[in-house]
Amino acid sequence: MDRIPILKVGDCLLVTIQVDMHDELAMSLQEDLTSQIAKYASRGVLIDISSLEIVDSFIGRMLANIAAMSRVLDAQTVLTGMQPAVAITLVELGMALPGIKTALNVERGMELLQAYLNQDVEPEETENDGAQE
Amino acid sequence: MALKSETMPIATSADVVKVRQLARQWATELKFSLVDQTKLVTAASELARNTLEHGGGGSVLASIVEEGARKGIKLSFDDKGPGIANLELALRDGYTTGGGMGLGLSGSKRLVNDFEIKSEPGRGTTVTIIRWK
Repeated sequence: MDRIPILKVGDCLLVTIQVDMHDELAMSLQEDLTSQIAKYASRGVLIDISSLEIVDSFIGRMLANIAAMSRVLDAQTVLTGMQPAVAITLVELGMALPGIKTALNVERGMELLQAYLNQDVEPEETENDGAQE
Repeated sequence: MALKSETMPIATSADVVKVRQLARQWATELKFSLVDQTKLVTAASELARNTLEHGGGGSVLASIVEEGARKGIKLSFDDKGPGIANLELALRDGYTTGGGMGLGLSGSKRLVNDFEIKSEPGRGTTVTIIRWK
């Protein structure tokens, strides 16, 4: 079965989705990515979907799952390059992908990940329970 | 009246991709805007997956239809699965019997111009959508 390639770039993993994904391929990406995060102790994951012509609720859920699983494994996910027509459709469908950080393109996505890695805290979503203050 | 039509089986997740590709091809032929293409293809993807997952497979009858001066793409998804007992409930956002997000029916309804669903418990479900240019 075909697989979506995952590239290791320093602390991060880079995924470019360039095929019209069927459901099993989406599921295998989820598995491959989580095992590679663990293997390389990656801190960031960048998923570029600029070639993706549709994101339906299944693919959207897969992307949200990847972001949630990465977070549990102490890695930050950024989704980049969503086409405007895809964004419009996704919102109308009823999925706004809450909890996923997005950037307009790969360059900005890398900047966002780097900022996160340098700070060593999760920007925006830092939870402060006040116990350490 | 139908200007052309084609029936495709929906038995595997690769077939879901083929349905998306057919919808895309015809929407391009009819010169749909990119947003309209994306909406139609996304709705087709949701409903084809429903046919596969909930209906246990089935088929889609795709046709290019004409009404006065306007043309549209009509997709009729048909399965002989368990059917839907409560249509009102099934059309509600967030309602799911599978592992999804419950956006398949309600979300695709928002993405098209005409939406019709017929279901009989024990006999199957037919969902027909039209997106006009």
